[in-house]
Amino acid sequence: MLTIKNLYASIHGKEILKGVNLEVNAGEVHAIMGPNGTGKSTLSYVIAGRQGYEVTSGEIIFKGRNLLELSTEERACEGIFLGFQYPVEIPGVSITNFLRTAINEQRKYKGLDPIPAKDFLAQMEEKKKMLELQDKLTNRSVNEGFSGGEKKKNEIFQMAMLEPSLAILDETDSGLDIDALRIVATGVNKLRRPDNATVVITHYQRLLDYIVPDVVHVLFDGRIVKTGGKELALELEEKGYEWIKSQI
Amino acid sequence: MRDLSLETNLKSALEALFHERNETFYASDIPFVAKARQEAFSNFIRLGFPNPRLENWRGTDLSKALDTTYEFLVEAPGDEIDVEKIFQCEVPHFETFLVAQLNGWYVYRQSPLTELANGVIIGSLAAAFEKYPELVSKHYGKYASTEKEGLIALNTAFAQDGIFIYVPDNVTVPDVVQMVNIVDSEQNLMLQARNLVILGNNSHLKLVQCDDSINHRYTFINSVSEFYIGKDSSVDHYKLQNKDEHSTLINSLFFQMESGSNLSSNSISLNGGIIRNNTDVKLAGENSSANIYGVYLMDRNQHVDNHVRIDHLVPKCQSNELFKGILDDHASGVFNGHVIVHKDAQQTNAFQTNKNILLTDKATIDTKPFLEIYADDVKCSHGATVGQLDADAMFYIRSRGISEENARILLMYAFAAEVVNKITIPELRQRIDDMVKKRLRGELSICDQCVLHCSSQEKKLTFDIDVTRI
Repeated sequence: MLTIKNLYASIHGKEILKGVNLEVNAGEVHAIMGPNGTGKSTLSYVIAGRQGYEVTSGEIIFKGRNLLELSTEERACEGIFLGFQYPVEIPGVSITNFLRTAINEQRKYKGLDPIPAKDFLAQMEEKKKMLELQDKLTNRSVNEGFSGGEKKKNEIFQMAMLEPSLAILDETDSGLDIDALRIVATGVNKLRRPDNATVVITHYQRLLDYIVPDVVHVLFDGRIVKTGGKELALELEEKGYEWIKSQI
Repeated sequence: MRDLSLETNLKSALEALFHERNETFYASDIPFVAKARQEAFSNFIRLGFPNPRLENWRGTDLSKALDTTYEFLVEAPGDEIDVEKIFQCEVPHFETFLVAQLNGWYVYRQSPLTELANGVIIGSLAAAFEKYPELVSKHYGKYASTEKEGLIALNTAFAQDGIFIYVPDNVTVPDVVQMVNIVDSEQNLMLQARNLVILGNNSHLKLVQCDDSINHRYTFINSVSEFYIGKDSSVDHYKLQNKDEHSTLINSLFFQMESGSNLSSNSISLNGGIIRNNTDVKLAGENSSANIYGVYLMDRNQHVDNHVRIDHLVPKCQSNELFKGILDDHASGVFNGHVIVHKDAQQTNAFQTNKNILLTDKATIDTKPFLEIYADDVKCSHGATVGQLDADAMFYIRSRGISEENARILLMYAFAAEVVNKITIPELRQRIDDMVKKRLRGELSICDQCVLHCSSQEKKLTFDIDVTRI
């Protein structure tokens, strides 16, 4: 589904990614771990197409298309979803309207008619129930005045509504208490299907108790330096990132 | 300087007109009107038209607007005008008590004053001069000083009619009163509209002022409204401006507030050649509170200027200013919020905020939040921001599949929403909300009739915003 080959990227002339290689197949859950400042968020931004990040070499192929040629919104319409570490507040725009707009734009891209209001509302109800979300949440303005946990739940709710092929969750566990973490993880697990894939970016092993990855990568100094099964996360937790340093 | 000579020319024309009128129409003025008129005229001769060299007019240049030949309508229009024909309000479920001015004159000439069962009087100011001289003379010209502002002096010198509203003690006016100022003329017009609103004690009024033009001639509207808000009374005031490019609109509001009174005034400027909003508030009784809001969305070569002056004269009052604007193309804006906390006005709370988004590097805003404090036990703050659309928010919205253009509209809408949400009349809020959306989508031009009369397809909209329909 996603193939990243020898990716180099920089911001403001500073090189952050120094030759990333990654292969994610449909049906898989990947975890990318690593200490702060090693390029985890940069990798997610480059995949999602954030302006200001310059790809100096390498390629990203997503479902056979060269992702680097597409705009941010085109990538989203192709099925990329980024769950933000720090979701942005949009006062005055309710989650309902925001999502309906997003869904309809994605449908327009695919040549489909706008979603009928009835179907949209039914879908919202279903996903809210699935994620154990409060009813009121969706009438509120996007992230405005939300607690850290509510913001992250809202990210997962958007993911559930947009049904992406590839979801990248950037530090979704940061700042969450155990209950919120459980809800977020349950959501991710319930949304898992043979035809989609998830990349979880995390600093700690904690989230991986709830979302069990098929593949674990360690990103260090702009490169993936180690790849293994779920046991790699445990080993990393036990031995710390110093252990990785000594290995390279 | 050329502009000065122009001002002088127009000024001398007005001077000649005044002397001519003085012999005829003004000769029959009742004494307090005559006194105000004569004083105002000599003040106008002394002050003339404002120019950008004056501190209060820095950033707003009227010279081009004054370099136009205007007709000065001195006669009332014909006997009866069918308001229904020229004006229809189509805001769904918006029941209002409608009073209209046509070219500065009260429209319903046959019944110039309506006295309602609850004691409320609504109608022509000219008629009120005659019928209620004691009541009117207590307030007329008392708050809009002609000493320092040439345009206030000009208005008072020439004003003959406008809207008069009186609400006695202990009355809550059930309907929203809608004051519509219609300009319909084959000629370029200069108007001096004058309104007076008086509330007794413990009374409540909701008022919507709409400015409209029908024929797209050059107009120079110099409107002055005085409000007296008695003890424990409240006024909820809205001012909607959706004029064409040829219009210059000077809208001056004066609020005199007694103890325990509340004011909320919201200026919504969507279109216009030059718009100048002066809002002057005197907090003259303890525990009174004024919220002054404004939102402006300007593009092309439009210019908007919001001047607010709030005097905290006594202790324990609150004032709060929130103005937000988006300027596109070559549009320019001025914000000047001047709060004066006088010596004895202890325990004052005064807050000012002005936030702007400039969409191009040609658009400009000159913002000056300004506090002048002579008391020591006060809580005051002021702040201004000028920026572009937030890059993080743009990325967030686009990452959901929403196009760059729609993401921009969504963010602009979100920016304006803070002020629009302050509107407490639900039907009006919905309507303004629709208008803001239309404006941001570039669909809102001048409606043929009222600023509220849009042939709205969005009435069926179930959702607040759906930018996919753009």
